[in-house]
Amino acid sequence: MYRILKKRTLSPNVKLMAVDAPHVAKKALAGQFIMLRVDETGERIPLTIADYDRQTGAVTIIFQEVGKTTKLLGTLEEGDSLADFVGPLGVPSHFEGVKHAAVIGGGLGTAIAYPQAKALKEHGAKVDMIVGFRNRELIMLEDEFAAASDRLYVATDDGSNGRKGFVSDVLRELLEAGETYDLVVAIGPVMMMKVVSDLTRPYGIRTVVSMNSIMVDGTGMCGCCRLTVGGETKFACVDGPDFDGHQVDFDEALRRGAMYRKEEAESLGRHVCRLTGEVRNA
Amino acid sequence: MPNMNLKKTAMPEQDAKERAANFKEVALGYEEAMALEEASRCLNCKHQPCVAGCPVNVQIPEFIELVKKGDFLGAYAKIRETNSLPAVCGRVCPQETQCEERCVRGIKGEPVGIGRLERFVADYAMAHGEAPARTAPSNGKKVAVIGSGPAGVTCAGDLAKLGYEVTIFEALHTPGGVLSYGIPEFRLPKELVRREIEGVCKLGVELKTNMVVGKCVSLDELMQEEGYSAIFIGTGAGLPSFMRIPGENLSGVYSANEFLTRINLMKAYQFPETDTPVRVGKSVAVVGGGNVAMDAARCAKRMGAENVYIVYRRSEAEMPARREEVHHAREEGIDFRLLCNPVAIHGDEKGFVTCVDCVEMELGEPDASGRRRPVVKPGSEFTLQVDTVVIAIGTSPNPLIRNTTPGLKTEKWGGIIVDEHGETSREYVYAGGDAVSGAATVILAMGAGKIAAAAIHEKLSK
Repeated sequence: MYRILKKRTLSPNVKLMAVDAPHVAKKALAGQFIMLRVDETGERIPLTIADYDRQTGAVTIIFQEVGKTTKLLGTLEEGDSLADFVGPLGVPSHFEGVKHAAVIGGGLGTAIAYPQAKALKEHGAKVDMIVGFRNRELIMLEDEFAAASDRLYVATDDGSNGRKGFVSDVLRELLEAGETYDLVVAIGPVMMMKVVSDLTRPYGIRTVVSMNSIMVDGTGMCGCCRLTVGGETKFACVDGPDFDGHQVDFDEALRRGAMYRKEEAESLGRHVCRLTGEVRNA
Repeated sequence: MPNMNLKKTAMPEQDAKERAANFKEVALGYEEAMALEEASRCLNCKHQPCVAGCPVNVQIPEFIELVKKGDFLGAYAKIRETNSLPAVCGRVCPQETQCEERCVRGIKGEPVGIGRLERFVADYAMAHGEAPARTAPSNGKKVAVIGSGPAGVTCAGDLAKLGYEVTIFEALHTPGGVLSYGIPEFRLPKELVRREIEGVCKLGVELKTNMVVGKCVSLDELMQEEGYSAIFIGTGAGLPSFMRIPGENLSGVYSANEFLTRINLMKAYQFPETDTPVRVGKSVAVVGGGNVAMDAARCAKRMGAENVYIVYRRSEAEMPARREEVHHAREEGIDFRLLCNPVAIHGDEKGFVTCVDCVEMELGEPDASGRRRPVVKPGSEFTLQVDTVVIAIGTSPNPLIRNTTPGLKTEKWGGIIVDEHGETSREYVYAGGDAVSGAATVILAMGAGKIAAAAIHEKLSK
């Protein structure tokens, strides 16, 4: 069992947890992920490692409560335990030699982009961070983002906080104004990553996206997370999750990501109390 | 006087129609009287040809003699002397090509039902006896076993019996490897796998789940920092092969590994009581002709599919699956499309599978495997309307350990290279099972685990 050491609510639906997993913390690097199972009947879900502490053995995850598993996870408190917590999985991000990077996050993706920004900064790169949320209410980790970047741009879809528009609009303006980057990292909804990759293609800027495919084992065994990159089939779990955004077939990834919509709704509907909105197990 | 009946004592089975709608075990096992009757067919041959056919050297005539006397727990202890997983082997071993193939009774009539007797004895012991506890005093030497499948568990059990401090590292949350994620409940109940592995742990083996060796710890760290004197790699062949045909990434196309893992390990057949779903649809095409293909097809049927096809490019004679599995699948209504090969999968606008284009094949000259090579029959294209395609054409070893272990030599296709004792190109590192041979059987993996355990013992005793 893996004890929850710390829990924080970052925005109404987004929570942070530090989990006691020394063997994961010992080897974790930016860009890698873990698989967890809340309880014995639970599914295995991948979550990006947001932070780790090799001394205390804590591994931090940040998740949005969208389906049954993440909602159930969100009901756990400090001192509670998770049935399973495996990692670190996937290939760490490679940031050697980057001089000026734009790190772009959308929604929950901002939390996953944050360790990348931090790692880039540690590698000596100048970092512009562009984060986007649907509205002011959902903004999170603003201080952390500011600390991990040289310039921080916050956009909201509805303009309720500063800049109105999408993260891709901010990037477009920066590029059109002549800003030069040798790396763009985009993490968030597949559609956002597609738009950003399309935007940087004509500029020839290396663009790395983090693919959050559906996974079962997370170790290369099932192939559920496969996607097409440069015409070849790759597994997000062992070949990624980072890929060249200019090579990824995003339309296929969007379709595969929606494969279990019906079952996800069924599972959630069965477990959420219609009166209180609370999640109960079985 | 031995029982000279030419036929094996029949094994009771669930009715085909009934079982095709549930995940309960197909074969029901012998009652005591049946076991006694079948045991009395054994001639207790002096030269014991059956034992030579067993990769783990089970003392077959001796355990059957004990069955004849009604000493079922004694028979179990006899099997356990050389076999850590009797309840598993009694169910999934291909006895027809091993011990039973060499049985003298098989010359005229059917061989003794050795597998059925082994299963009976194991089930009897689980119901009435206790698994043997650790007897050997610790010799203070630590051995790490990577993977808790048949190879790893066998190696661990044998070493524990010799006094080694053995730790098994398992990547998944449940031990058993292919016994847990691959072979379905109706062929090998998971409760039984759990108890068999518990039995090995009782010998003093420590089991650590959720440990992906190569990721959270390397082989070198295990030896240099954690004090393991030797390592056995039994990580299996978990990497699924795909066909590289158009449409293979459509939603509704599964590797057999994914399809079976969702259903067996994650219990998708109990969804939504359990949280992992699987989409099966009305019609399913399973591509391949091995035991895994049979398992996937029979799972699809049980999940409610109306039409389930086995699409296999050679003929029945070349199918690698056990006869018994093919027979069971046919009984359950699986539709065999032999000498057929898929060439493209099509989908709707949302990316879900709608049909698969196939071609008919005919057999030409024998190829490298000695089987006649299938060649496409011109103008034979046809289409199968299906919602789901399961690719069960094989697996290869996972690259994780070879990529993180300098100096570990492997074949081009990924198999770890070992000598006749199971030792790899790295001293004190051994390997066996599918990780070495590529996808094969449970019992061959167990045999390899056994050979490596003996070799590790010899090496560490010097």
